Amino acid sequence: MTANQSDGGVGDGRDRSASDRVDVCVVGAGPAGGLVADRLASAGQDVVVLEAGPRFDRADRIERVERDVRPSYHPHEVWDMGGERDAYTSSGDRGYPLNAARVKGVGGTTLHWQGMVFRLHEGDFDEHARAAGVDPWPIAYDDLRPYYASAEDEFGVAGTAGDNPFAPPREEPYPMPGFPPSYSDSLFAEACDALDVTMHTVPNARNSERRDGRSACQGWGTCKPVCPSGAKYDATVHVGRAEAEGARVVDHAPVQRLEHDRAGDAVTAAVYATPDGEEHRQEAREFVLAAGGVEIPRLLLLSATETYPRGLANSSNLVGKYFHDHLFAGMGGRFDEPTRQNHVGFLTSESHQFYDDVTDERGPFKLEFLNYAGPSPVELALGADSFGDDLLDELRGAYGNAIAMGGLAAQAPRKENYVSLDSSTTDDHGNPVPDVHWSLDDRTRATLRAANDRQREILAELGVDIQWTVGPENTGPAFHHMGTTKMSADPENGVVDPQLRTHDLSNLSIASSSTFTYGGALNPTLTIAALALKCADHVHERL
Amino acid sequence: MELTRRDAMGALAAAGVAVGAGVVADRFAGTEETVEFDEHALATTVAVGRAVYPSEVENVESFVRTYALSRSEGDEDYRTGMADAVAALDEYTQEWYDSDYVDLGSEAAETALYEMGVDVEEPDPEGVEAERVRFYLVNELLYALYTTETGGRLVGLENPQGFPGGTDSYQRAPGTNR
Ligand SMILES: Cc1cc2nc3c(=O)[nH]c(=O)nc-3n(C[C@H](O)[C@H](O)[C@H](O)COP(=O)(O)OP(=O)(O)OC[C@H]3O[C@@H](n4cnc5c(N)ncnc54)[C@H](O)[C@@H]3O)c2cc1C
Ligand code: SF4
Repeated sequence: MTANQSDGGVGDGRDRSASDRVDVCVVGAGPAGGLVADRLASAGQDVVVLEAGPRFDRADRIERVERDVRPSYHPHEVWDMGGERDAYTSSGDRGYPLNAARVKGVGGTTLHWQGMVFRLHEGDFDEHARAAGVDPWPIAYDDLRPYYASAEDEFGVAGTAGDNPFAPPREEPYPMPGFPPSYSDSLFAEACDALDVTMHTVPNARNSERRDGRSACQGWGTCKPVCPSGAKYDATVHVGRAEAEGARVVDHAPVQRLEHDRAGDAVTAAVYATPDGEEHRQEAREFVLAAGGVEIPRLLLLSATETYPRGLANSSNLVGKYFHDHLFAGMGGRFDEPTRQNHVGFLTSESHQFYDDVTDERGPFKLEFLNYAGPSPVELALGADSFGDDLLDELRGAYGNAIAMGGLAAQAPRKENYVSLDSSTTDDHGNPVPDVHWSLDDRTRATLRAANDRQREILAELGVDIQWTVGPENTGPAFHHMGTTKMSADPENGVVDPQLRTHDLSNLSIASSSTFTYGGALNPTLTIAALALKCADHVHERL
Repeated sequence: MELTRRDAMGALAAAGVAVGAGVVADRFAGTEETVEFDEHALATTVAVGRAVYPSEVENVESFVRTYALSRSEGDEDYRTGMADAVAALDEYTQEWYDSDYVDLGSEAAETALYEMGVDVEEPDPEGVEAERVRFYLVNELLYALYTTETGGRLVGLENPQGFPGGTDSYQRAPGTNR
């Protein structure tokens, strides 16, 4: 390091001082930020990525598996979440466990994710949104369709094209062959046949064969929260590619606020802090926020100025509003034969048959056939209060016959659910923490009930002794943070325009599920990736 | 069911320990040139292994020795933690049985763990004696066993969590899991 360089107090000798004004500054190194940075760096642009968390050492992944499986560790410890840095408030009717729902560091939350990837249905862009009482998206499925195909190629999706009759139209096969259904799926198949429920495979962002230097899935079975083999896609892939193309990635660099020019037309700098408490100003021609659906609105609110007293890019007063997630619906119990669960940590069959049957009362839902129902023997053993032969008897009794279904239900976006600032609590840099204000409405409850009804029908047909249900009363979020800087062609009705650029500031874009107008009931990250690629195209056009 | 050299290798991989196959083979066979090690701690760990592993598991000594030795070699924290847990265990059995843990018969070895509260205490590397015994000895060894193919098979799951057993097993019907 030269005299005016500094590692920011991290102690690793990597320079963390700001670069001279660059073409693009990206905030956040998850999949959205990684893809944007990779695209723009590959196009020859000078890119800096600022990431709040650390670079995790690949060699530590096995230890992280141990932290997950062994009961001596808090789940947040797997990816070092929690503490003052990640403090938050949860003020709605429903508590929101924010730090179980995200990872901070290079790779972002995909380090922890499950990796199932779907395109939203055509109806999600339009009728489903209207039926839920909100504006449709200002873009249609067809606008995103080529980006969806690129996103599948970027992630490396294993899937069986054509076997899901309910999926939106596609031309291309998936980049890799899909994972075949599980033995457990074959048990469900009979019951589903009898009920005329169609099962189909699940596209996974997970290598079914070796691809681009990453291994094929080795069956560790710990996908969520850690894949030791790297077969599961995570965004270190694209952050690494971006760096190889010349992008600079600064970790331990949480952005504190954005500064704008005198007129309030453009952002001039992202101010980030390093662990030694120093602040640095990164100037750029274009800024892309990719810090996830909670931290993006928070950063905009933290960047309030005289020109934007309610927060940057918040003329619509909609920054943080319409926070919505997907809700888990599940049911399970015991079967009178072995079900062979817990070999792998991902899903191989679902049914989207009822997804588009949206009514006045309820929204979309999807059904999942789980491959990891019931406890895993090793986890049981580590928490058991017997040893030796007694323990083995206990494990044999508990493992073997569990069977379960899951599912996701759409949440109707409501203004009353929001992310705001809680000034009574501050983080490690003295900034007000995010307050996630979250509750469920009747429509969402009805959707969960509809999913439960189907699950009950299928499990009953199968002859399962049903022992637990997760429905409207005890549901929880799937950790998909949507809606908080929603897209609209109308500046009064949204924060970003259909090009993902904020209505207020000409060089500020957002790549995130925060731009979703309506999130349907399908896991969001493929759509995030498609939007990130679209966003990168538009930024590139402007530069 | 017999624990194999491959199981030991796998258990070490699952604990993030990089150790050569040759070393594991020698250790497992007991033919390794003597390495400098706290033999008492190792013998006590093997005794804990016998107490917490099911009786139908064979080769406990080779497996636990290989595992514990290789695990503690490069990991100062683990080595200290393990030695300290062994001392805690001995202190307890000296008081109640007038004997080091390693010298208790097999029945007493299991009973002593229950009496000390190791069955109900939370595993905690910084906790009280029984919690440290649970963390450094009992759970370490249970983790090692039940993330191996052999440990999984005991329960009917030949590809347990923490074991990279590929992507065929999840597709197979019961009874075809050879
Ligand atoms: C348990 C779990 C399972 C999941 N499973 C699936 C699944 O199967 N399928 C699916 O589609 N989705 C799944 N998801 C959701 C998926 O992980 C997210 O949608 C995805 O990671 C979002 O990508 P992102 O780039 O927008 O944000 P993130 O991946 O969250 O990355 C944002 C990054 O920005 C950084 N950051 C935040 N604030 C700042 C700041 N002020 N300055 C600088 N950097 C900042 C963060 O540290 C983080 O690294 C799952 C999530 C969880 C928690
Ligand atoms: S089962 Fe999951 S954790 Fe294991 S290799 Fe496959 S993707 Fe990775």
